[in-house]
Amino acid sequence: MSLEHDPRYAVNLNELYKQVLMDHFARPRNKGRLDEADFTVHLENPTCGDTIEVQLKVRDGRVEEVRWQGHGCSISMASASMTTQAIKGKTLAEAAQFLSRCRAMIKGEPGDYKELGELQALSGVAKFPVRVKCATLAWNAVEEGLKRVQP
Amino acid sequence: MNVERIRQDFPILAQLVNGKPLVYLDNAATTQKPRQVIDAIRRYYEEYNANVHRSIHTLGERATAAYEEARAKVAAFIDAPEPATCIFVRNASEGLNLVAYSYGMQVLRPGDEILLSPLEHHSNLVPWQLVARRTGARLRFLPMRPDGTLELERLPEVLTERTRIVAVAHASNTLGAILPVKAIAEAAHAVGAVVVVDGAQSVPHMPVSVRELDVDFLAFSGHKMMGPMGIGVLYGKRELLERMDPFLGGGEMIRSVTYEESTWNDIPWKFEAGTPNVEGAVGLAAAIDYINEVVGGVANIQRHEHDLVQYAMRRLRESFPEIRIYGPEENRAGILAFTFGDLHPHDVATVLDAEGVAIRAGHHCTMPLHREVLQVVATNRASFYVYNTREDVDRLVEALGKVKEFFSHVA
Repeated sequence: MSLEHDPRYAVNLNELYKQVLMDHFARPRNKGRLDEADFTVHLENPTCGDTIEVQLKVRDGRVEEVRWQGHGCSISMASASMTTQAIKGKTLAEAAQFLSRCRAMIKGEPGDYKELGELQALSGVAKFPVRVKCATLAWNAVEEGLKRVQP
Repeated sequence: MNVERIRQDFPILAQLVNGKPLVYLDNAATTQKPRQVIDAIRRYYEEYNANVHRSIHTLGERATAAYEEARAKVAAFIDAPEPATCIFVRNASEGLNLVAYSYGMQVLRPGDEILLSPLEHHSNLVPWQLVARRTGARLRFLPMRPDGTLELERLPEVLTERTRIVAVAHASNTLGAILPVKAIAEAAHAVGAVVVVDGAQSVPHMPVSVRELDVDFLAFSGHKMMGPMGIGVLYGKRELLERMDPFLGGGEMIRSVTYEESTWNDIPWKFEAGTPNVEGAVGLAAAIDYINEVVGGVANIQRHEHDLVQYAMRRLRESFPEIRIYGPEENRAGILAFTFGDLHPHDVATVLDAEGVAIRAGHHCTMPLHREVLQVVATNRASFYVYNTREDVDRLVEALGKVKEFFSHVA
């Protein structure tokens, strides 16, 4: 019986579960609820039932405050933690641009993603197509919130 | 039954995944196919591919004969009284939708009730929601304990003179629980309701006799019993099928057509509009032959899976105090849903995959069961079939050890 192995599918777990990502999973930032949010977005990942709620407070066109809460895997929770940290203080346009760069990275588009900071830890997810939805759940929620601010 | 010999028939099992020999434990989602099935499909295309029921030539006759022989094999496999009561559909979902639309739309009136179990796969829930919305009927649910066993003594609370349809899974795709379909059918018939059974997780795994169970409809999928994808079966009692309107219109399902109206063909063809999946029927027949001839009958699969699932429950509990197994202890199919400490099933499944072990992680199309009964968002699910071994279970246990180690530095 021949045992064949296709290296295309080789899995390197350390590429997916980077240290910084696991740190955000273990110690999530911005987790909780705002007393007075301007916008609250609730989303679900229908394939696994993961849920996320993102709340935004916007002042003078900037994300002044952001909080999230939800249930999900390490990738989706770490992504929520890192993403909310990254967009806090950004203008709405900057935040939208930031997320579109995140999407380019996770699609595996070549380029320099230094400006994404810690979120570069999610670049390895590009090699795990079934996990991309985990990483993007928080992004979808934030984008939905940004759209509501500026329809 | 010689499992080592059976494994030789499955080319796909002989591969490395991520450098480790594949352990395939996602059989409730779909099963692998033996060479005999793959060869039967290849032979069909190489030797007698033609359209059925309408081609007046030798290939057409051979294809038609093979398609109808497949129907006869299916009927014998589920002990149906005659082949005409077995309709070829795409899968169990389509069979259940056929009943919901053709039968449900015809009989349901506002205020009528459809009784379901709380552990139904979305394919035996959503069609009924759609039909209930259109007809004004209402959904009710059987009382069930958290392990998936039904509180049959409370059946009279929910089974009333308004109940028209009782639709239940024969075996739960999540909890593995086997439902007492025969007792349910008896009670349902006593109030004049018909019984629709989702046999997707029972027909491939245990002997099923529609006559003995006395169910009115039974749907199942070929691909979960070593046949190809895209072929499934809906069994229905003759008198019900004859009374029902067609589900889809088109070729083959008519007797006579004018520009204004049409009359219908006899069953089963009344429900088989358009060119059918002959390749699928031929492959499914080959899968049934494989179960009967090589495996020695579906009862052998049931015994084998019972051994594996009991062994797996024992090994997992011995090895990991943090494991939580869902479903009943006894009378369960070869399906094992579990959670592993606080670890999310996606994280568990990703690390298992890196170890060559394929399981399912998610809600397995039973979202309300997870949320409201199990009260978790998602579970891991290992599910067995005829070619799995105790070594596969050992590999699962070993790989879960790796999961634990990998995530040990988190929380």
